[in-house]
Amino acid sequence: MSLELDFTPVIEGLPTLLDGTMITIAVTACSLAISLVVGSIIGVIRSNRGTLLCYIFDGYVAVIRGTPLLVQLFIWYYGLPRVGIMLPAFLCGVVGLSLYSSSYVSEIVRGAIQSIDKGQMEASRSLGMSKQQAMRKIIMPQAFVRMLPPLGNETIALIKNSALISLITIHDVMHAGANIISTSYRDLETYIFIACIYFVLTNTATFILRKIEKHKLKAGAI
Amino acid sequence: MSKIEPHNSALSLSGIQKYYDDHHVLKSVDFSVKPGEVVVLIGPSGSGKSTLLRCCNGLEIAQEGDITIFGQPLVAGGKLIEDRELNRLREDVGMVFQSFNLFPHLSVLENVCVAPLTLKKATRPKAEKLAKELLAKVGLSDKIDAMPGNLSGGQKQRVAIARALAMTPSVLLFDEPTSALDPELVGEVLQVMKMLAKDGMTMIIVTHEMNFARDVADRVVMMDNGTILEEGTPEQIFKSPTHARTQEFLQTVFAA
Ligand SMILES: Nc1ncnc2c1ncn2[C@@H]1O[C@H](COP(=O)(O)OP(=O)(O)O)[C@@H](O)[C@H]1O
Ligand SMILES: [Mg+2]
Repeated sequence: MSLELDFTPVIEGLPTLLDGTMITIAVTACSLAISLVVGSIIGVIRSNRGTLLCYIFDGYVAVIRGTPLLVQLFIWYYGLPRVGIMLPAFLCGVVGLSLYSSSYVSEIVRGAIQSIDKGQMEASRSLGMSKQQAMRKIIMPQAFVRMLPPLGNETIALIKNSALISLITIHDVMHAGANIISTSYRDLETYIFIACIYFVLTNTATFILRKIEKHKLKAGAI
Repeated sequence: MSKIEPHNSALSLSGIQKYYDDHHVLKSVDFSVKPGEVVVLIGPSGSGKSTLLRCCNGLEIAQEGDITIFGQPLVAGGKLIEDRELNRLREDVGMVFQSFNLFPHLSVLENVCVAPLTLKKATRPKAEKLAKELLAKVGLSDKIDAMPGNLSGGQKQRVAIARALAMTPSVLLFDEPTSALDPELVGEVLQVMKMLAKDGMTMIIVTHEMNFARDVADRVVMMDNGTILEEGTPEQIFKSPTHARTQEFLQTVFAA
């Protein structure tokens, strides 16, 4: 058996692959931004144990984390139209990935907040600060530094998980690749190339996050 | 914000009952401190000293009883006052912890400034000026820009005292302020506390430093098993305690 690799179809398909890459970047960037905001809010709420809202969001996190992302995406895209809710594919992708990633971000945020020694809150309150003031000035700045490494991991996971949106008809890089394969049958070459694109995306994200981490460490935030 | 009116008791607790679940930790405690008085709380571990102290600024909530600070209610009939008032009252009751609890992400100067700034008690220049004065007072003028992680335990505790003083409290609570320190660093912290006592600060201090108590305390209060067993001048308590439990306790502390 001889292995001969022919990248010509990939090179010819480069424009659609790059278009697809832009879609992948757009979907992940939107989802990342949303899940950082939503996940942080849910994380803060969940760090405050004993409230009703906290238990509601515990349930949300349990369901999202306990079911496959692909199934969730299919529910949003193929399932919801049955009850009259028809969302464009791109929106479904962003909503699906955001809901999924938010649950992980909320875990990270909650964990980081709860890892801060309770003496910090007690000292702040003893000085007369309200709980909110203590969170803002004392707890969150310390928690933020501890969140950065796991948030980096979550970002990478999000980029890689975004490949699944090709299955709800979004024309991301995976989808572009599938189109090239369906006419050229050069699946190995195409998937190797797509793997390279994801590799570049994830490592660029890692690089940027390292920079932020270093910057924060230099600022003296533990 | 109006300063709390002069009053004949700085702090007064009456009929305090405190439970952790069904563990009865404070049993009908009555306790009061006059303005300018220095009270040292002693007693075996687990007798409720920390809990009593933490009730005085609402870090723990007593299920029954009344607490007033310069006549203003903190706890009335086992109910903590509303949060906004509680925060304001806490500005007037500083606390120094055994484990310092400095803010590790802020410089020494910012540790002292952060509360006055956050609570808008002072503009930045004024807050920094006060912070520098206080840090000079506790002998740390050269550490203003240091991060807490780079300080010795004694230095950390002196920053914590300056931080508490920055809110210009009327009462300071100390929970074993030197227990986490290496022996050679205890003196520098006690010296700062002596200075505060001389300045007329009202202080309630939980400590096992009996020599310090003898020198500085106006009154020594012996706690045992959730009650105040006896109280008196250092002379009375150390020389002629009336309870066998106090005698036993003092023997173990002085033997150590
Ligand atoms: N957060 C808590 N939960 C349950 N029990 C507690 C808690 N804090 C203190 N206790 C108990 O209350 C009693 C008094 O504790 P504490 O006030 O810390 O005593 P002390 O400071 O005199 O050593 C102890 O038996 C202790 O185990
Ligand atoms: Mg204690």
